[in-house]
Amino acid sequence: MSNPDLLLTSAIDTLRPPPPARRWSKARILGVVLLSIWIAAGLGLIYYLFSAFSWAFYDRYAMKFVNGIWVTFQIVGISLVLGALLSIPVALGRLSKNKLIGGVAFGYSYLMRGTPLLAQTYLVYYGLGSFHQELQSIGLWWFFREAFNCVILIFTLNTAAYQAEILRGAIENVSKHQTEAGQALGLSKMVIFWKIILPQALITALRPYGNEIILMIKGSAIASLVTVFDLMGETRRAYSRSFDFQTYVWAAIMYLSVVETLRRVWNRFEAYLTRHLERDSD
Amino acid sequence: MDNLATLLSFGPEGWADEIAYGTFITVSLALATLPLGLLIGFFLALGKKSKERAIQISADIYITIFRGLPELLTLFIVYFGIPIALNLLVHDLLGFDVIDVNSFLAGMMALGVVFSAYASEVFTSAFKGIDQGQYEGGQALGISSFNTMRLIILPQLIRLALPGLSNLWLILLKETALVSAIGLTDILRSSGIAARVSKELFLFFGIAFLIYLTLSIISSLGIVAIERWSKRGEGVR
Repeated sequence: MSNPDLLLTSAIDTLRPPPPARRWSKARILGVVLLSIWIAAGLGLIYYLFSAFSWAFYDRYAMKFVNGIWVTFQIVGISLVLGALLSIPVALGRLSKNKLIGGVAFGYSYLMRGTPLLAQTYLVYYGLGSFHQELQSIGLWWFFREAFNCVILIFTLNTAAYQAEILRGAIENVSKHQTEAGQALGLSKMVIFWKIILPQALITALRPYGNEIILMIKGSAIASLVTVFDLMGETRRAYSRSFDFQTYVWAAIMYLSVVETLRRVWNRFEAYLTRHLERDSD
Repeated sequence: MDNLATLLSFGPEGWADEIAYGTFITVSLALATLPLGLLIGFFLALGKKSKERAIQISADIYITIFRGLPELLTLFIVYFGIPIALNLLVHDLLGFDVIDVNSFLAGMMALGVVFSAYASEVFTSAFKGIDQGQYEGGQALGISSFNTMRLIILPQLIRLALPGLSNLWLILLKETALVSAIGLTDILRSSGIAARVSKELFLFFGIAFLIYLTLSIISSLGIVAIERWSKRGEGVR
């Protein structure tokens, strides 16, 4: 402790005025009140679930909920993958200089994004389903008979439109100079697109893609309104039989955990993939 | 085609008046939800940028919950849950049951809280676009913090938040379709009734689809006009 520098710093520390005491300002009181309300609500929820719990309820519905989650994952997974495939031609169409192709792609994207998913689902499941005879004669009735297939079809078409816009925006975001540099090096169009433009575009598209997955998980609850027993469908069925409100609470907890987990994993994933880029701490 | 003309006419034989009423309900629900969601969303954003940790955390909890729940589930929880909670309270205190929650009000609350969670993010990023010097300038001129917010920050904030908010408006307009599931006769429900009674399912669901499309187009045109108006002070480039 004979180091003179150390003595000096400790002297400065003692000379510095003490930090002002944290006062009970209006903001602090408000914060404590709000947080107490949340804590009380959380404790109330735990108490409610604890008191409402019964093994009979668990035995009857637990497996159904698990099946429901599985159906939800299926709907979201299949539609997202098929939609991603379909979004590539749509995005290229949106970027095309040809007026006709561009117009068709824009029209498709606007139709899908300008109307509610629920209205689209009803139109396909009930609307197309009413052409029962015609569909049978062209041999497509087996497909449209199942609500699950209709939901996959319309969710795919819907997410393809949104994903195409994400892709288009991301590709347009890549600087023109990148293409020009590729051309100057004598690279072919395909190589420039796949090796230079797309990798950079996909990095800016990561965040909107993550949001789209979350929107699809939440949006898939709509499938329950056309007799598909996804998580929401199982919840509604369980409620209509038991009139026990805890079914909705459990569904909320499950959806929230899935969405929050996915959001956090996706953030990590994005941070990992963009670790070579300088980013804001935000 | 006579049949079609009758089906689509106003009056007792046709369904046009019912669907027009449904359109009115949809538009009024969206318009009623908008100010509620904007107001809550603005206060959430203020909470998020507050220096108090407790306020920040409270706002974050709210946003995480209502951004993560499916809108349909939020709607059902509000619609079925609030009467149960109210009845519990009222029953214990006063000893009688209250009526059901109005489905318009339930829709407004559910869509409003979801809208506010998303709007808070738009406002939060808009707040980041405003220089600290604007607050300090207000302080230096001796303007109260309330008036600094009202006269200096808010006008700039709205301009920065407009693109995000107009996007949220289009989403809100589409989400109102969910209230048909709790029995409110909006566009989708009234045309669904028409479809089932007349057995013309494709026709009437197609009409609902087209009405939503028209509302979206009208909104887009309105948004373009509002954005041009908001930029009128920026001069021609």
